[in-house]
Amino acid sequence: MSFATSQDHFAQALLHAESPLPVGVTTARGEADAARFAVYRNNVYVGLAKTLAQRFPVTERLLGPEFFAGMARVYAQDNKPVSPLIIEYGEDFPDFIAGFGPAREVPYVPDVARLEAAWTRAYHAADVAPLDLHRLASLPPDVLPHMRLAVHPSATLVSSAHPVGSIWAAHQTTVVTGVTEWRAETVLVVRPDMAVNLHVLPGQDAPFARAIFAGETLAAAAEAALAQDANFDFGAALVGLAALGAFADIHEGDTA
Amino acid sequence: MIDGAKPAALPARAGLGLKPEHYGHILDARPDVGFFEVHAENYMGAGGPPHRYLEAVADLYPLSLHGVGLSIGAAGPLDGEHLRRLRGLIDRYRPQSFSEHLAWSTHESGFLNDLLPLPYTQETLERVIAHVDEAQQAIGRRLLLENPSTYLLFAESTIDEIDFLDEIAERTGCGLLLDVNNVMVSSINHGLDPVAYIDRFPVARIGEIHLAGYDETVDGAGDRLLIDAHGSPVKTDVMALYAHTLARTGPLPTLIEWDNDVPDFATLHAEAVHADALIAREAARRNVHIRAA
Repeated sequence: MSFATSQDHFAQALLHAESPLPVGVTTARGEADAARFAVYRNNVYVGLAKTLAQRFPVTERLLGPEFFAGMARVYAQDNKPVSPLIIEYGEDFPDFIAGFGPAREVPYVPDVARLEAAWTRAYHAADVAPLDLHRLASLPPDVLPHMRLAVHPSATLVSSAHPVGSIWAAHQTTVVTGVTEWRAETVLVVRPDMAVNLHVLPGQDAPFARAIFAGETLAAAAEAALAQDANFDFGAALVGLAALGAFADIHEGDTA
Repeated sequence: MIDGAKPAALPARAGLGLKPEHYGHILDARPDVGFFEVHAENYMGAGGPPHRYLEAVADLYPLSLHGVGLSIGAAGPLDGEHLRRLRGLIDRYRPQSFSEHLAWSTHESGFLNDLLPLPYTQETLERVIAHVDEAQQAIGRRLLLENPSTYLLFAESTIDEIDFLDEIAERTGCGLLLDVNNVMVSSINHGLDPVAYIDRFPVARIGEIHLAGYDETVDGAGDRLLIDAHGSPVKTDVMALYAHTLARTGPLPTLIEWDNDVPDFATLHAEAVHADALIAREAARRNVHIRAA
C-alpha cells in the first residue's frame, strides 16, 4: 500500500468513529488496539470542540458545557478547519447553531455566537488607525452626502431581533447580571486600538450604520435612517460611529 | 534593540511557552527566563494584541518559533501558502530557532488539529526529506525536527525512529529537537527502554530539548498508555531522563511545554527554575571534569 493510500485510510478511520481501524496499525504486542487509536480520534474532536469553546464562551454558558460540547462535536464532524490557522476556526459556527435543531429553543444564541465570532476576527484584524474625526469635520458640508466610509478592518455589525449585546455583556462576569429591556439590538464589534469593544448602538442609528456598512453613500444611509425614525440626528450618528472607531477612511465615489 | 545585537542561537537555559494570560506579567516583571517559545500558527493573524505583545517580548528575550501545522509527515504536498506565512513570521521576528514535528496534520478532509504518526519506510523517509528540504528552502533557514510521541505502531515500518530522524538530518542538514517527554511516552507505549533511546540518539544534532507533563491511562489490553498531554508539571521520571540526557548532551536550550490548563506564571516559572538547576549542575560537572583532566 502506498504512503498516500495508507494515510487516506488512517484519516478515514480517524474521522469516522464507526470505521474499522486502519489496516497496518499495530502495537508492541503485535495486535491493533482500538483504545490506542481512540486517543487520536479523541485528540482531533476534543481539540476542535475545545477550540470552539474558547472562541464562543458565552454561547457555551448559555447552552451549558455538555450541550455545547455535543453540538461542537457534530459541527466538527462535517467542518474541519480549512487551514492550520486554528484562530480562524468556527467562522460559520453561528450559522450552524442557527440550523441545529436542539438549539432552536434559544433563538438568540446564534446572534450571540455571531458577536463572539466577530470578537475573535476583531482581535486578530489588521492594525489600522481609525478615521480621524478632524478629517471628517474638515470636509465641506456639500460633499459629505456623496461620500462613503471604508469600514475599519476590525469592525463587524451584528443586528439581532434580540438584545444580544446586553446578553453578551451580562455574561462577562462570574455572576450573570440581568437584561432589563428585551428589544432588538444592533451591536458594533470593533478594535480601534488594542482592546476589542462591543457597543450597542442607539436604535435610531442602527439603520444608518447598516447602510454605511453595506457601502451606501452617507446620503442614502441618512435616508434609510430617517425612513425608520424622523428624529434621526445625522451628525450625532456619524460622529458617534466614527468616534467608536468604526471607520478606516472616507472617500468619494463607488470604490472602497 | 538593533538587529545585530540579537543573539544567533537560543541560550542553554530553560525557556517557557509564551501564553496570552501571562503577557502583562512578563512585560511588567521581566522574569529571568532563558527564552520564550510560541506556536507559529497563533501569530498568523493580520494584527492585534498577539503581535503587539510578541514584538515586546521578542525585544527582551530570545525567541523560539515552533510550528504545529506544517504537516511535514504528510503524504501529500506541503501547503505553499502556509510556508509563505511561516517565512513572513520568521522575517518579521527573526527567532533564534524554528522547529516543527515529524508528524502530519493536514489531509484533503482539512486540518486535523493533531500531530499524527507515520510509518517509517524508505518511501516515507524520502517524502519527509523532500518536505524538510522544501521547507528549509522556503523559510530561508535551518529547522529543527522534533521526535514524536506515538500511541501505536505501523506493521509496515522497516526503519527505526532514531535512524529515520538521523537520516533526515544527515541528508537535509536540519537539526533535531529532542522531546524527552515524547521519548518517555513512546517508549512506555511501545515497551522500549527510554534510557536506551536517549543513549542512541545523535546528540550532536540536537538544537533544543522539550519537556512536558504526560497523562496516564491503559490500553485495551490493560497495558500502560502514556498520553502527551501538556497539561501538568513535568513528571519525576521525565526529569530524571532529562538529567540523563544532559549528561550526554551538555547544557542545551530546554523548553517547558504547558499548553493546556495553563497555570499561573509562578507555577510555570518554577518548572523552568527546576530545569535551569539541572542545566547549571551539568555545566558545573563538566567544568569540574575539564579542570580535573
